[in-house]
Amino acid sequence: MRKLSNNKQALEELKVIQAESCASSIDGQGCPITPELLSDEQPESDEKDFSRRRFLSMFGAAAGAAAVIGTGIEFLSYRAYAQGAPATNGWTGTGGMTGSGAATMASSEAPPTHQWAMVIDLRACNGCKSCTAACQKAHYLTPDQTWIDVFSLTDSTGQQYHMPRPCMQCENPPCLHVCPVHATFRQDQGVVLVNQDRCIGCRMCMAACPYEARYFNWNSNVTYPPLPVQPTPEFPVPQRLGTVGKCTFCVGNLNHGLLSECAAGCSMGAIYNGDLKTDVGVNSMGTTIKLSKFLDENDAVTFKPEQNTHPRVWYILGHGQNLDAAATAKS
Amino acid sequence: MKKEDVDDRALLPDKAFGNGDHKERDWISDARRAAIAPTIGRTSVRWRLSVALLSLVVLAGFVAWIYQLKHGLGAAGYNDQAFWAVYIVDVIAFIGVSYGGAVISAILRLTGQSWRAPLTRLAEGTALVTVIIGALFIFPHLGRPERFWEILVYVNTSSPLFWDFVAIGTYVLATVVFFYLPLIPDLAIVNKVLGRPDRPARYRLYKALSLNWMGSERQRRLLHGVMSLVALIIVPLAVSVHSVLSWAFATTSRPGWNETILPPYFVIAALYSGTALVIVVASAFRKGYNLQRFITKRHFVRLGYIMAALGLVYAYLTLADMMTDGYTGITTGWISQTVTGRYAPWFWFYVLVGEVLPIVVVAVKRFRNIAGLTTASVGVVIALWVKRIVIVLPPVTQPLIGGHWGSYHFTWVSVTITLAGVAAIPLGLMLLFRLIPVMSIDEMEEMGELGSAEQVSEHTIVAQELLSVGANSNGHSNGHGNGNGHVHGNGIHVPEKEVQL
Repeated sequence: MRKLSNNKQALEELKVIQAESCASSIDGQGCPITPELLSDEQPESDEKDFSRRRFLSMFGAAAGAAAVIGTGIEFLSYRAYAQGAPATNGWTGTGGMTGSGAATMASSEAPPTHQWAMVIDLRACNGCKSCTAACQKAHYLTPDQTWIDVFSLTDSTGQQYHMPRPCMQCENPPCLHVCPVHATFRQDQGVVLVNQDRCIGCRMCMAACPYEARYFNWNSNVTYPPLPVQPTPEFPVPQRLGTVGKCTFCVGNLNHGLLSECAAGCSMGAIYNGDLKTDVGVNSMGTTIKLSKFLDENDAVTFKPEQNTHPRVWYILGHGQNLDAAATAKS
Repeated sequence: MKKEDVDDRALLPDKAFGNGDHKERDWISDARRAAIAPTIGRTSVRWRLSVALLSLVVLAGFVAWIYQLKHGLGAAGYNDQAFWAVYIVDVIAFIGVSYGGAVISAILRLTGQSWRAPLTRLAEGTALVTVIIGALFIFPHLGRPERFWEILVYVNTSSPLFWDFVAIGTYVLATVVFFYLPLIPDLAIVNKVLGRPDRPARYRLYKALSLNWMGSERQRRLLHGVMSLVALIIVPLAVSVHSVLSWAFATTSRPGWNETILPPYFVIAALYSGTALVIVVASAFRKGYNLQRFITKRHFVRLGYIMAALGLVYAYLTLADMMTDGYTGITTGWISQTVTGRYAPWFWFYVLVGEVLPIVVVAVKRFRNIAGLTTASVGVVIALWVKRIVIVLPPVTQPLIGGHWGSYHFTWVSVTITLAGVAAIPLGLMLLFRLIPVMSIDEMEEMGELGSAEQVSEHTIVAQELLSVGANSNGHSNGHGNGNGHVHGNGIHVPEKEVQL
């Protein structure tokens, strides 16, 4: 783990690492797998760790042979669409990943270069909500629309702690499965997006999401300044009345080598944008992490794993902190 | 339509029997007159006033909807922590009451309950009107109703809402068919009774819809066969509709919705409220359309027993639902909010008006009359709407991540649109029975006057007895002389084939 003086430097670092891993890839096709990841692959007994390793090694599967070497049949049966296959039709199509899976994998062109993820270090979060503010400013959201919200929770020793909650970008997103018109889809970098030109506003996705991560556009009295771009699912601004909106992971930013608004806005460096392909994460302090190692060493957890959603957002807990506390509703 | 035709027309049922003597008017010609008269003749001032008033309310609903389209669902009180509220409740409640009408009629048909004859048209008409209203409530529920067609084009079979669409669509279709089939002989009778048309449009419409019905044995056999089939189909179909509707809730992971009990819970709620609405509608049309002679206290008491039984089952399911979650204490948030929290007034209103009241009315002999049962039924219909609010709102407003409870506030928009739906029921029925007979003439002639109570075909004796054990034991339903004095003591009329078509 290296500390760099600023954000820009961190991104430079990220690019170098990406370039290296791409060059050393087996078939030279994108960045199918990192050498580090292969060397990491050892049998694990701890179940949590096991599934994570398995998960990270999925990008190996995209390249093909590594899957067989790695975890065999069982691996292949493991949620094929989590492997980051390109959406069959892109965001303009019928909504991406449903029903694609391994078959699509085999026939698709170059697999995507990135699989975006996020790590939120609760030890660093002070609950200032500057992530929320930065997000709302960038996306012209109303005060109610907290695409990344910060919840105040109590740990086992009675201490208060804070938990930012963006969209979990689930690999098995309930919101996607329940959408009657495929307005919600998962693009090829693993980001779950909403096509607001398709959404009928039934709010079934809001009912299905266990993380309360979806926000509707209820009122027409929201004003937007003139914007130079048309709204897209990656940057759905201005939001459309009568449709649902959610955190986009600022996937446009990420693909241009920038941090997401929330990560950039976090003065504590609690939010890391990560890429599972290159196994790298960066925060606003310029800290660059090797994702798999960082998650492993800090016993990272996902939120509500019992929901079987397989989030791409990991949390690093402090002593006594427990995300389950969040599930116990206060009245 | 010419108003001067009207007085002559009112007499026509007698002409049909070739008998102008009013004293010898028998039960059937009275039934014909009562059923057909509202479709012809001049409407009363009260009728026109009612239609005008109800139309105004419906119109106000449309105005409110246009306002909502312009300003967004926020105008109806919705917010991110109350993303489903009044309109989905309306969808469930209206389609629910429709189920009651359809299933009551279907089950009474299948079990050969001949007393059903004067009621079936009202029950099926109620089913038809309410299912259409209920289905239409999906539109104010949607944020983008103009994109509704996408459900058909960008089909996602893994979405519960797609299957809701399929289920509701199929059910609407089945309800129309179920309503139409018994209508075939009736429309032929009406055309025959009215004779050659002064109003050719209506004559042609009836003629086309009655499919050359002549009442031949073969036609009768065919129609009965098809009707039994459709009655048989509509029961499981209605069960599936309400199960699928409930799965829109139960397939989410929200505590309070993610319950295995939800499908039967919804089905019974639908049956219960639907039976209550049939009683309300029967009571209203009995009075407004002078059907006292045909729809008697006996009908109300029997329907009341069915309603009370369903009410007890529903109370049991409510308890079973809350018991398991409440006892383990894992997800008690929504239960404490329901029983003692902000939704307590709603919940206890349901308990008192939706359970205690109808059971007391049915149990106590003194209240077990038309007025009492009608009052209780009005209470049940309202209380079951309220109960749906209690099913929807606590789980939807509960915080899933340790935030605060959300809240839903009714606005003039949501109230107006909901009231428009309520007003559309009587309006729809009144307009419907302006076009078609309010009672199933053919069935009534087939069953005969007191066939309704005593004249039973052999294969239905068992079912009949099973259903009427309670009714007979209290001494209120033996014979036709009860009710409130409107019943003529003309004795049993055995329908004769030659007077039929």
